[in-house]
Amino acid sequence: MAFAAFGGGGAAAATANEPVHLRGGWVAVGLLAPGLAYLLLFFLAPLVSLLMTSLQVAPEGAGKGEYVPGFEWSNYATAISTYWPHILRSFGYALTATVAALLVGYPIAYFIGVTARKWPLVQALALTLVIAPFFISFLLRTLAWKQILGDNGWIAQTLHSLGWLPSDQNIVGTDFSVIFGLTYNFIPFMVLPIYTSLERLDRRYLEAGNDLYARPSTTFWRVTLPLSLPGVVSGTLLTFIPAAGDYINASQIYLGSINTAMVGNVIDRTFLESQEYPIAAALSVLLMGIILVIVAIYVKRSGTEDLG
Amino acid sequence: MRLSLGKWLLPLYVVIAFALLLTPIVHVIIYSFNDSRRNNSIWAGWTFDKWLNVCDQQGVCEAFGTSVAIGLVATLIATILGTLLAIAVGRYRFRGRGSTNLLLFLPMATPEVVLGAGLAAQFLSVGVSKGFWTVVIVHALFCLSFVVVTVKARVASLDPALEEAGRDLYGSAMQVFWRVTLPLLTPGIVAAALLSFALSFDDFIITKFNAGQVTTFPLWIYTKKTPPAEANVIAAAIFIVAIVAVVVVQLVAAARRKRLGITQ
Amino acid sequence: MVSGGAFAEAGADLELREIHKRFPGFTAIESLDLTIPAGSFFALLGPSGCGKTTTLRLVAGLEQPTSGQILIGGKDVTNVKPYRRPVNTVFQSYALFPHMTVLENVAFGLKRRRIADPTRKAHEALELVELDHLAQRKPQQLSGGQQQRVALARAVVNRPALLLLDEPLGALDLKLRRQMQLELKNIQQEVGLTFLHVTHDQEEAMTMADTVAVMNKGEIEQMGSPEELYELPKTVFVANFLGQSNLFTGDVRGDNGDTIVVEVAGVPVAVPKARAQRHRGLVTIGVRPEKLLLHPSRPEPAAGVNVLGPGRVIDVSFTGVSTQYTVAVPGIGEVIVFAQNMVFGPVVQAGAEVWVSWRVEHGFGLADELPDDGDRFIDDTTTGGIAQQTKEELLEELEEG
Repeated sequence: MAFAAFGGGGAAAATANEPVHLRGGWVAVGLLAPGLAYLLLFFLAPLVSLLMTSLQVAPEGAGKGEYVPGFEWSNYATAISTYWPHILRSFGYALTATVAALLVGYPIAYFIGVTARKWPLVQALALTLVIAPFFISFLLRTLAWKQILGDNGWIAQTLHSLGWLPSDQNIVGTDFSVIFGLTYNFIPFMVLPIYTSLERLDRRYLEAGNDLYARPSTTFWRVTLPLSLPGVVSGTLLTFIPAAGDYINASQIYLGSINTAMVGNVIDRTFLESQEYPIAAALSVLLMGIILVIVAIYVKRSGTEDLG
Repeated sequence: MRLSLGKWLLPLYVVIAFALLLTPIVHVIIYSFNDSRRNNSIWAGWTFDKWLNVCDQQGVCEAFGTSVAIGLVATLIATILGTLLAIAVGRYRFRGRGSTNLLLFLPMATPEVVLGAGLAAQFLSVGVSKGFWTVVIVHALFCLSFVVVTVKARVASLDPALEEAGRDLYGSAMQVFWRVTLPLLTPGIVAAALLSFALSFDDFIITKFNAGQVTTFPLWIYTKKTPPAEANVIAAAIFIVAIVAVVVVQLVAAARRKRLGITQ
Repeated sequence: MVSGGAFAEAGADLELREIHKRFPGFTAIESLDLTIPAGSFFALLGPSGCGKTTTLRLVAGLEQPTSGQILIGGKDVTNVKPYRRPVNTVFQSYALFPHMTVLENVAFGLKRRRIADPTRKAHEALELVELDHLAQRKPQQLSGGQQQRVALARAVVNRPALLLLDEPLGALDLKLRRQMQLELKNIQQEVGLTFLHVTHDQEEAMTMADTVAVMNKGEIEQMGSPEELYELPKTVFVANFLGQSNLFTGDVRGDNGDTIVVEVAGVPVAVPKARAQRHRGLVTIGVRPEKLLLHPSRPEPAAGVNVLGPGRVIDVSFTGVSTQYTVAVPGIGEVIVFAQNMVFGPVVQAGAEVWVSWRVEHGFGLADELPDDGDRFIDDTTTGGIAQQTKEELLEELEEG
């Protein structure tokens, strides 16, 4: 195979799909050095610093926010025993929101990527609408939902008057409103990668599928869905990871309440307000560690190595 | 019967989904015309005043200006560094390419709150006081990975024969880079820069951890809890400008394709 | 040598000495020696994977040889960067810069070399390929043939000592190909450059080049004028890659002074000694299908004529100027005969019993012992080729069984 790829006309032919890699040397070093230095200084070093902070210890008689380096592994025990409900809630919310975003997002992506192919204008318009939320402040959008779903909004009032929602029960400040907010926020992140993979899908596959299986639903399950799987994997990751770390939707000012606090809320409070740096850092390390493990397993099981 | 129902089901579903997607946007825009005093959460009638005197609201225009300044500087840094990285990993074979790719992906797999807390812990431990530049640094950091991904896709679609042709036609490595590679990557780089700016402008979590006394537009909204209508005015104005720009770009591109007779 | 901003005065000799090129995992070129005289139109012909494109890229400087030397006009350029070599390439994909106009594309090399008046010279080059009226267009707006001519103009305008062509006609349809072949020949005669042309298309190589080198598995099998290669192939690979051949294997049984006699399935077949690579032992001999004559009855034995048969016609296919007969001769296999269509309809029908004959001087003897590795001369990239191969394997099995 490799022989054929390099031989007669192969070098040019091979490039159509696969980038030809030039031997690195100093040019590659020059291209890489600034960016890698930046990542080293402002990404890897902070992670190390976070790890060290998570092991810091408060000396005798220390004031608020005063810690010295140490190996206080019990910080993790404290963080877990105190905040395990928040950790569980974070991943529960993120998982539910990811599934919900997939259920909402996939049909949108399918519509834009497959159904709307015949009408380029509809396709362009729909794509613009999908990315539209990016152009308006995330906080204001979330506040808008708070008002729309709030006690004075018509949705809550209608539900109250119909008796579907008990009069002492709100929409805002519940698990539902937080998951709703998270789902809403990440729908574009779900739609775009799925759309990209569906867009690349050769129409002839679908036609061949229709030809061979006759039923459109069978074609979808056997042909379309498997071929769009890389997009689904990227989309779910792009939703799950930030959703697990988000705390705007869950905060009391926005769609949450004291009962919906996620790990992010705790990290924010312990770091910026009560200045319990080791606890905040330990929670951050735990959050990142759990996410990496989940992502690694997920990526491995879904068989998609290419995330870029 | 089944088929015709199925035919309409998807468009109907999509229309509903889009309505859902656009509801809060419309809400934000409408409330920019709310004749409210301090609390903008209750409708108090139409007015255009907030649009005309947006800067009368204390702090909002300053916060907007700060966000734009941070966004521009962070975008510049992220775009330059990210483009170089994307070319390196997209074009060159070198030892440690796999781990470099992983390192470039990792910031995207890190939740914002962890990035924010990590940098804050770092700044704390080396005694840097937080402010404009710490925000620029963190913004450039999380934009970097997105730039790399965007530009890398463009690098991958570039025919290496074009660069070889440049070398063959007496272009030195530098000349080929400036006259062939870079111009061909431009659409990807522009897209990456726009994405960076949008990400930076709207970022809240990482900024909150590293801003110190600096107030960006999202931070300003956050501190207000129930932000006044002027916040909506600025957000709505940005939204309208952005959407118009997107539509214009698409129309121009379509017209250009038509003129060049490219059918794709 | 070219950085001074002067054009090459004339074509230059290209000399490759002991070139080896290894890529991780395989060897692309194994000890290649090649001299291409100045002003010639040289074609490197071979199947994909034979190393011909790698050779071209080595000459252009886009790859570095693992060992060996490359000399252009007597100067060693092995370690010279591509942009300092007096060489230009017409790429297989044309590689026109999509962000520049046609004119800017053509002027690119001139501007890099700071040659005076690049725009005028670029226009002249475009006139040469009759595309000056499209100078302001973008490459995407041109047809494949026009793009090809722009690529040619972009290379020729630099007056390189050596022009490299990487299957530039591969993407064109038949009519355009003919036109471009002619145009290339004209340009070569007009500007007097040395052309090195790489192709897998034997017809293209034979019609355009003065000298053709047939390359296989990283080595040159045979080199010579197109007629020489066709009339007197020296290896099984060349005999089959350049046109079709009927090959027979047998032991040398006799020596009649000027000829050797090979026993093919019990039948003596004479081959001129001067046209045979080996004169003893087990040899493979061959003859081109158009040199064969069909006979409905056993021909009278005559001096200087080889006869095989009787055999049975198993296939007759009409190809226009000639008819191709496939004759199965027991013990020998299938023999292909091309007969000029001098009369209406085939001379014999399928199923007929026939003999084939050819003049002794048309035969040739090959250097290989056996036409054993069938995969070397069957194009396995097409389903037809695979089917052919499978069929041959089946036939072999049947014969053995």
